[in-house]
Amino acid sequence: MPLIELSGIRKTYFLGEISVEALQGVSLSIEAGEFVSVMGPSGSGKSTLMNILGCLDIPTEGTYRLDGSDVSRLGRDELAVIRNRHIGFVFQGFNLLPRTSALENVELPMLYKGVSRHERRKLAAEALEKVGLAGREHHQPHQLSGGQQQRVAIARALVNESPLILADEPTGNLDTKTSMEIMEFLADLNRTAGITVVLVTHEPDIARYSRRVIMVRDGLVVSDRHPEEGGITA
Amino acid sequence: MIAYGEILHVSLRSLRANKMRSALTTLGIVIGVAAVVAMFAIGTGANQSVTAQITSMGSNLLVVRSGSMTTGGARMGWGSSPTLTFADAEAIAEECPAVGKAAPTTAGGVQVVYGNSNWSTRAEGTTPPMLDIRNWTIASGRSFNDSEVRSSAKVCLLGQTIVTNLFGEEDPVGKIVRVKRIPMTVVGVLGRKGTNAMGSDQDDTLIIPITTAQKRVFGSRFQGKVSSILVQAVDGNSISAAIDQVDGLLTERHRIRLDEEKDFTVMNLAEIMEAAAASTRTLSFLLAAVASISLLVGGIGIMNIMLVSVTERTREIGIRMAVGARTPDILLQFLAEAVILSVLGGLTGIALGALVSFAIGHFAGWPTVISPLSIGLAFGFSALVGIFFGYYPASKAADLDPIEALRYE
Repeated sequence: MPLIELSGIRKTYFLGEISVEALQGVSLSIEAGEFVSVMGPSGSGKSTLMNILGCLDIPTEGTYRLDGSDVSRLGRDELAVIRNRHIGFVFQGFNLLPRTSALENVELPMLYKGVSRHERRKLAAEALEKVGLAGREHHQPHQLSGGQQQRVAIARALVNESPLILADEPTGNLDTKTSMEIMEFLADLNRTAGITVVLVTHEPDIARYSRRVIMVRDGLVVSDRHPEEGGITA
Repeated sequence: MIAYGEILHVSLRSLRANKMRSALTTLGIVIGVAAVVAMFAIGTGANQSVTAQITSMGSNLLVVRSGSMTTGGARMGWGSSPTLTFADAEAIAEECPAVGKAAPTTAGGVQVVYGNSNWSTRAEGTTPPMLDIRNWTIASGRSFNDSEVRSSAKVCLLGQTIVTNLFGEEDPVGKIVRVKRIPMTVVGVLGRKGTNAMGSDQDDTLIIPITTAQKRVFGSRFQGKVSSILVQAVDGNSISAAIDQVDGLLTERHRIRLDEEKDFTVMNLAEIMEAAAASTRTLSFLLAAVASISLLVGGIGIMNIMLVSVTERTREIGIRMAVGARTPDILLQFLAEAVILSVLGGLTGIALGALVSFAIGHFAGWPTVISPLSIGLAFGFSALVGIFFGYYPASKAADLDPIEALRYE
């Protein structure tokens, strides 16, 4: 059973009289443990696709099965629970809470899961250690470098043991060296922990870390290829 | 699911992260609640002092005053032509069933001399029941009695103000003072009453038997006449019956025909004092209403800042939603922030209001009373204001679209 199974996904936005079809029938499946890049020019519908994959939005038509259950017709609070348990987000702009320590940022998903305070502290500290930020627990985002902030975000995505990480241009705000570090880290997570990573990017260099590239254009999947193994060094 | 205690914790955290804004937001509520507490304190204080004055004047009180005299077409006003007599007072007390006590009075200015000090005051000639009617107490010594009234005895009772001015620390009982050059023995000292509703000092008075006043002190050209008769109805429900009975009795005794103008008038002091009490009650409600408006304005201030805060923290809300916050989680977080702000504002306001009432009482000399009711009301209202004005911004936050919120710059 694939982790993600989209069939005939359409998403139409209504802007007054005009309707825009952002997705015009997307079907694809992603197995658990894959590392997939979604690429496409702006306006291609890849953001809409990511929003639907991330359960931030629901499709107008078609079904989305996540881990075997249909999530395409859920209400907003049910979607919130799915996001909380199954999906970790890593954003381009890090999206950490300002004036809040790294530890408390990582605790956030567990807060909404109902984990006790003591347990949260412990698990959050462990997650920060995993991303190499032991000792930075009480730093606030503005006291951390971009790369460190993105690591905090990754720790937050990991902490609820979500099987899926959705990374939306995770290196867009980082320099090349830091970008490489972050991508290495995601690739390592995918390899060693078996976490499925779906990555949105328009940089081929970044897409090269994944083992499968899905190209989206005009609301349709135009290519879905598996570059040869060892694509990282290519 | 998230526990309520955790939501409270989250709200407190974000309020602490914005200390300055939080403090400014509560300011409206602080001022509103302080105003409510202080205004209530002033209102209650005024009310209590009016009640105290009514009690000091005497309860269920009627005053019969003699009629006016017409001199060359000019009517001179009540009391200008004394037509009431000592006998009228006795008849009222005996023959009117609705009347408990009655006492004639006649008063005038006198100079009192003791040793080499002197003091100008008001002397009131009356009979012993007057002390009960007006709630006078005897602080030391005794009152004069009926036989002293009959014999026009040269005895007097002194008010506290006269005692202070003529005797200082000395005990006046048994001493001789001269009232308009007439030597009189001080038989007793009156208890303290303070100022009356009109602001005059009730303790600046000298009480003597009415016969002494008529024959020896004032030596009036209207022999045996009294200027007014104080009447006390047996109870609060008998006041109008007493008025009718006194009116009927005096009409008969003075042989006034139906077409003649009456030579006396009966005034209901109880009614006048009730009106005064009612007007202070109205005043305190008015003050409270004005203060409530400032509380309302404070609430609108909270809503305003909360709306700004929601807009400013749109991205934070988006992040929370992305990691799994549901609609009620966000709603409760922002509602809790508003309620915490208004309750903190309420508590600070109560303290400030108490301080202000104390200061007003101390510096302006107004009587202020802080009642637990006003504190409870102010506190309850501020919490309600928080819920009421916090709900709209909170629901606005909770209804944000997570995608839009995450994209918000």
